Amino acid sequence: MWTVVSCLMPSLVVSVFIFGIQTLLITAVSVISCMAVEMVSQKLLGRPVTVRDGSAALTGVLLAFIIPPGVSYLLPVLGAVMAIYIAKHLLGGIGYNIFNPALMGRAFLLATFPVAMTTSWLQPLDGMAVFSHIGTGADTVSAATPLAVMKAQGMAGFIQAFGSGSSLYGSFFLGWRPGCIGETSGLLLVSGGLFLLYKRYITWHIPVSILATIAVLTWIFGGKTLFTGDPLLAVLSGGAILGAIYMATDYVTSPTNKTSQLLYGMGIGALTVLIRLKGGYPEGICYAILLMNPISTVLDGWFKPKRFAPPAGGGQ
Amino acid sequence: MNSLLTFPKGGVHPPESKDLTATLVIERMPVPDELEIILGQHIGAPCAPTVKKRESVIEGARIGEVAKGLGVPLHAPVAGLIKDIGMSAHPLRVKVPSITIATDHTAVSVSFDPHPWQRLSAEELLAKVHDAGIIGIGGAGFPSHVKLKPPADAAVDTLLLNGAECEPYITADHRQMLEHPQEIIEGAKIILKILGITTCRIGIENNKPDAIAAMDKAAREASSQGCSISVETLRIKYPQGSEKQLIQALTGRKVPSMSLPSAVGVVVHNVATARAIYEAVALNKPFCEKVVTISGGGIARPANLLVKIGTRVSDIVRHLGGIKSEVVKVVMGGPMMGFAVSSLDVPVTKTTSSVLFLTEREIDNRPHSQCIRCGWCLDACPMGLEPKEIGVYVEADRAEDTAQFGVFDCFECGSCAYICPAKRPLVQFVRLAKMRAKR
Repeated sequence: MWTVVSCLMPSLVVSVFIFGIQTLLITAVSVISCMAVEMVSQKLLGRPVTVRDGSAALTGVLLAFIIPPGVSYLLPVLGAVMAIYIAKHLLGGIGYNIFNPALMGRAFLLATFPVAMTTSWLQPLDGMAVFSHIGTGADTVSAATPLAVMKAQGMAGFIQAFGSGSSLYGSFFLGWRPGCIGETSGLLLVSGGLFLLYKRYITWHIPVSILATIAVLTWIFGGKTLFTGDPLLAVLSGGAILGAIYMATDYVTSPTNKTSQLLYGMGIGALTVLIRLKGGYPEGICYAILLMNPISTVLDGWFKPKRFAPPAGGGQ
Repeated sequence: MNSLLTFPKGGVHPPESKDLTATLVIERMPVPDELEIILGQHIGAPCAPTVKKRESVIEGARIGEVAKGLGVPLHAPVAGLIKDIGMSAHPLRVKVPSITIATDHTAVSVSFDPHPWQRLSAEELLAKVHDAGIIGIGGAGFPSHVKLKPPADAAVDTLLLNGAECEPYITADHRQMLEHPQEIIEGAKIILKILGITTCRIGIENNKPDAIAAMDKAAREASSQGCSISVETLRIKYPQGSEKQLIQALTGRKVPSMSLPSAVGVVVHNVATARAIYEAVALNKPFCEKVVTISGGGIARPANLLVKIGTRVSDIVRHLGGIKSEVVKVVMGGPMMGFAVSSLDVPVTKTTSSVLFLTEREIDNRPHSQCIRCGWCLDACPMGLEPKEIGVYVEADRAEDTAQFGVFDCFECGSCAYICPAKRPLVQFVRLAKMRAKR
C-alpha cells in the first residue's frame, strides 16, 4: 500500500505548483484524519489495529486528490470519517468492504457540501506563486472545471476558456487546468500507474478497459453528431485517469478474474460517459465506480478461473 | 531461454537457496546408536512388526510386513537388537507406532555387489521392487510397485523421471544425479523393462547444469541398447516437479482431475527412486538409507547426508556440529511443502528429503490478516483453483462447501500461500477443507 502512496506523491508535488501549497495541507489533513479514524474505529470495534499497513494513508491521499483545492480543511476530516469508519469498517471491514472508501468519502461530501464541492476550484497559478492562496478568500480566484464549462457553455465556451489543439492537450496532460487536487496531471498519474504495472501490483485489464470505453463512447456520442466527440479530452479530464488506475483497481472492491475485470472496467467506462453526457454531474467516474463496486463479486461468480483439466468423463 | 520446457499456468519463483549445499559431496553419516523406524512410512497401510522385543536382527532383515492393503515391507537398516516396539514422535501425526533398534556396532556391515538383472522377467523385477520396500522418494511416498503396474487398459508409452527438484534448499537429487548418473539410468532401464516400453525422458531444472551434463552423458551411453533415454532441460519455476505439471511440461499431456498419470500414458518416478530401484534389483539391497539435504542458516555445517532410515534429527544435528542460536523453525521437507517440527526427536522416514534449520531471515513469521481479494493466488495456482475462496469459506465455517473451488484438485504446493500479501495460511485452510468438504 505504501508503494501506491509513493506512486501518488509526484502528483501531489505538482499540485502544489499548479494550485498552491494548500493542496499539501489538505492532503496532510486528509491522511492524518484517515489514519486517526482507522485507529479509533478499530479500537472501538475491538478489531486488530492495522493502521500501519498503509491502506488508511492511501485512502487519505486518494480522498484529498478528489476534492477541489479551495475547500475548507473541515471537509477532508468529515470525508475521512465517512470513508474509513462507515464505508470501510462498518460496511464490511478490511477485505470485505463493498464500496471504495475514498469514493464514498467524496460522494458524502458532494451530497452534504454541494456548493463547496462544486465551486471551490482554483485557476492554475502563473509561475511559482505557491503561497498566493494562503490568507486570501479562495472564491476570489475561483474557476470552473473543464467538463463543467463544457456542460454549461458548450464547446465554444470551452475553447474560449481553455484553448484548443495541441496546447490544450499539452496543458491538460501536464495538469495545468482547474480540477481536483490530484486528478489533473495525466502524465504523472500514468507514470505511477506504469510503475505499479511493472511491480505487478495491478494489471492492465481494469484501467485500460475503463479508459478505452470512455474514449470510444465519447467519440461516438460526445459530439453534436455521432462520431465527432473528443476521446482524448474525455480521458484527460474529470479524474478519469486517477479513477481508472488508482481507484477502480482497489483489490477489495474490484473483481479478481481477468474476464470479470474487463467487463467491470467497461461498465465503469460506460456509466462514466452516461453520467457525463446525460446526467446532472459534469464528472462521472466517482459514481460509476461506486455503482460497479458491488457487482464485482457477482462478476467473479460468473467467471471462474480455467481449471487444469476436468475429471475424465465430465462431471463437476 | 524460451525454448526451455515448462508448464504454462501459474507458478512462483521463491528464492532457490540451494548454494548452501549444491557443491557438497554426499557424505555417509556414521550409524547412530539407536534408530527409530516408524511403521507407517508412506501413503497406504502401515506395517505390522514381524519381530519381537529383545530379538536381534541382521542388517537388511525384514522387521515389518503389510498384512493387507497398499504397502511395502520394512527392513532393519542396521544389525542390532530390537530395543522397543512402541511410539515415536512424528511431524504430522504427533505419535505413531515404531520399532526402535539398538545398533550393534560390532556387526560386520553387509556388502552389496551388482548382479546381472537382464535375465529376470518383468514380474520378477517387480517383486524385487516390492520386496525392497521402495516408495516414491520424491515426497508423496506412493508405493513404487503399484505405479509400475498400471491398469491393464492404460496404454503407457513413456516413463518420465523427475529430476526437477524445484523445492528451495534441497539438493539431494541434484547430488545423486551428479555423483551416480549411471545408477539412475540403470534404474530407468529396469523400470522400462518392467513397463515393457522403450522411451524414458528425464526432466531437470535449468539450475543444475552439472547434473544435466552428467545425466545426459549417462543417458547417451545407455540409449544405444534398445531404449531411448533423453534428458530435457526445464525452466526454473516452482512447482515444476509436481507430477501433473512435469507431465504437461515434458509431454504436453494433461492428466485429468482425479486420474493417475497412466490415464495419459505416462508413469513418473523420481530420479532417486530410480536409483533405489537399481539398488534393489541389481544389488539386492533393501531400501534402508537415503540422501537427505540438511540445510538452512541455522545449522552449523550444512550437508548432503546419506543417512539410515530411522536416524533421529537430534543425531544428525550432533553429527553436523549443532544448531546456531538464531534457529526459529525446523522444517522436515522443503520450505514450500514441508512441515515444521516441534521436537528434534523425530526420525527420518523414507519420504524425508531434507531437514531445514531456518533463521528469522529465512522465514516470514508475520501474522496473517484478512483476504483483500487481490487475486494473486488465482494467478499463482498451477491448477486454476480459487485458494482465496477456500480460505474465506473455511474461516466462515463453511469448509464443507469448498469442492466448487477445486479443493480436491489441490496438491498443496503452497504457491498461493507464498505469494499471498496478507500471509494467509492457505495450504492449512485447504487441508481443513479437504477433511470436511463433500466431494
